[in-house]
Amino acid sequence: MEVRVANVRKEFDRFPALHDVSLDIKSGELIALLGPSGSGKTTLLRLIAGLERPTRGKIFFGDDDASQKSIQERNVGFVFQHYALFRHMTVADNIGFGLKVRHGPSRPPAAEIRRRASELLDLVQLSGLEKRYPAQLSGGQRQRVALARAMAIEPKVLLLDEPFGALDAQVRRELRRWLREIHDRTGHTTVFVTHDQEEALELADRVVVMSQGRIEQVGSADEIYDTPNSPFVYSFIGESSTLPVKVEDGQVWIADRPIGLSAPHAPSGEAVLYFRPHDVELLDGCSGCIAGTVAASRRVAGTRRVELEIGGERQRVEIELPVDHPAAQKSRVAFRPRRWKLFPAA
Amino acid sequence: MTIAPAKAGWRFRQPSVIPGFGLTLGFSLAYLTLIILIPLSGLIWRSAALGWTDFWAIATDRRTLNALEISFGAAFIAAAVNVVFGTLVAWVLVRYRFPGRRIVDAMVDLPFALPTAVAGIALTTLYAPNGWIGHLLAPLGIKVAYTPLGIVVALVFIGLPFVVRTVQPIMEEIDKEVEEAAATLGANRFQIITRILFPGLAPAIVTGFSLAFARGVGEYGSVIFIAGNLPYKSEIAPLLIVIRLEEYNYPAATAIAAIMLLLSFLMLLVINLAQSWSRKRYG
Repeated sequence: MEVRVANVRKEFDRFPALHDVSLDIKSGELIALLGPSGSGKTTLLRLIAGLERPTRGKIFFGDDDASQKSIQERNVGFVFQHYALFRHMTVADNIGFGLKVRHGPSRPPAAEIRRRASELLDLVQLSGLEKRYPAQLSGGQRQRVALARAMAIEPKVLLLDEPFGALDAQVRRELRRWLREIHDRTGHTTVFVTHDQEEALELADRVVVMSQGRIEQVGSADEIYDTPNSPFVYSFIGESSTLPVKVEDGQVWIADRPIGLSAPHAPSGEAVLYFRPHDVELLDGCSGCIAGTVAASRRVAGTRRVELEIGGERQRVEIELPVDHPAAQKSRVAFRPRRWKLFPAA
Repeated sequence: MTIAPAKAGWRFRQPSVIPGFGLTLGFSLAYLTLIILIPLSGLIWRSAALGWTDFWAIATDRRTLNALEISFGAAFIAAAVNVVFGTLVAWVLVRYRFPGRRIVDAMVDLPFALPTAVAGIALTTLYAPNGWIGHLLAPLGIKVAYTPLGIVVALVFIGLPFVVRTVQPIMEEIDKEVEEAAATLGANRFQIITRILFPGLAPAIVTGFSLAFARGVGEYGSVIFIAGNLPYKSEIAPLLIVIRLEEYNYPAATAIAAIMLLLSFLMLLVINLAQSWSRKRYG
């Protein structure tokens, strides 16, 4: 089922949580809403679910205007960060709940509900735990039950709110791979919220980066990482280093020296240079490069992070070197970013 | 800081990080013995002096049986009424924000603090055939004061805070997400309340019921004013005990007391067992 969010605005007590957000989600897509806390990602998810009503704008499921429908009518599967399982029901009863509360002919007979529950338990790899109560399961198992419960009603969209947020790192990675498998097998249109960029980039077909109630960028993991379209996305996704620079005659300058980067289309004036600390080219001499004195050098896993002081204003910038690179021993390092981007100075 | 090595073999209790288990347990036991066990065993002791046949004669006396029936029956009905309306009051206090909510919240505690005799007299004045409420009910043929119905009314008044105060905190803890989850699965408001919220509250409601019930069984002050105290009709067991005491018939008084003690103990035991069973299941 395609989902279209059209110019949605949401205010809580006159405080805007979302400003005029539009988003098209394709049928069968696995999409991540990524952003820091307070960016409005959970609000957007809850609006799609119908747990909140938009102040303005509409949400379409296919061609239906879902904004007029109640939560119950929308038929969405929602998975909460803290599972929200029904404590007084067994695992099987939890999964069957959505079918049991139906009325009339749409309600399957009890035997069918039981069969569906055990089928879904197989899918989430918890066969044989039908009779357990949620209190008797681990966090990872509970979240799987929650997912099975959400899928039992054959939802039009599956919405997951930080589904792995309450789990430890090991289980989280495992469930991430497992969720991708389930998605590929069942093909539900799935939207999940996360503040973990690794999770978003690894798992999703497309990532929606949000900040302060707005969508900053929508794209595949490659697009988001390689061509960020705003300073926020550049610094939020992955590591980034920044330097204040000046653009003149299509050249990038730091203080009174050109650094060998040409930017023919950039407007002249103050700007900020963004680049990835690991995506730099080290140089020996320095005519047209960025050179600085080593202020600090730290070993981080497989690389060495070197902090440089650049120019007279001793602007600090970080780059990453291979551990055994001789430059790490020197007191002065010259480099030039391989891939970079200029944004107007704030 | 040193940690005592764990002794091998059987232990009464796993060692804990909180010190002073022996001291606090000893104090608790001594305290309970002093306050509860000694008076109660005195009661058993005195009624045992009676001998089995006499005891049985008093226990199966029509008047005793009626008094016990009225005491336990009225307390049961009152506790049941309180469960329904007390839960409703707790719901309103927890779920809605309205002007005067804190005043209503404070009012719930009044039956705790008010001398029960005052409550009894006030209720009697209201419900007597010529009282504010009584004169409205009289034409309908409903008599409240001086009947068992009056006893129920008094016990409802006394027992209300027990239900509200036990259910309220549990209700406040209910996770909003659980309700939302049920709603996304298609459950309507009624189904959410009956299938999700109510079962979650059941243990607290049972506790509230047992507290209100226990209080009702033992209530004396408020009931004697409104009950009319007609033997065989509206005479409660605690009153019968007092009557026997005034007749200097101590064995009979202690015998009735012992029976009440036994019945109360049994009922509370059953309720507690039911609760620990549900706690074990739902965690």
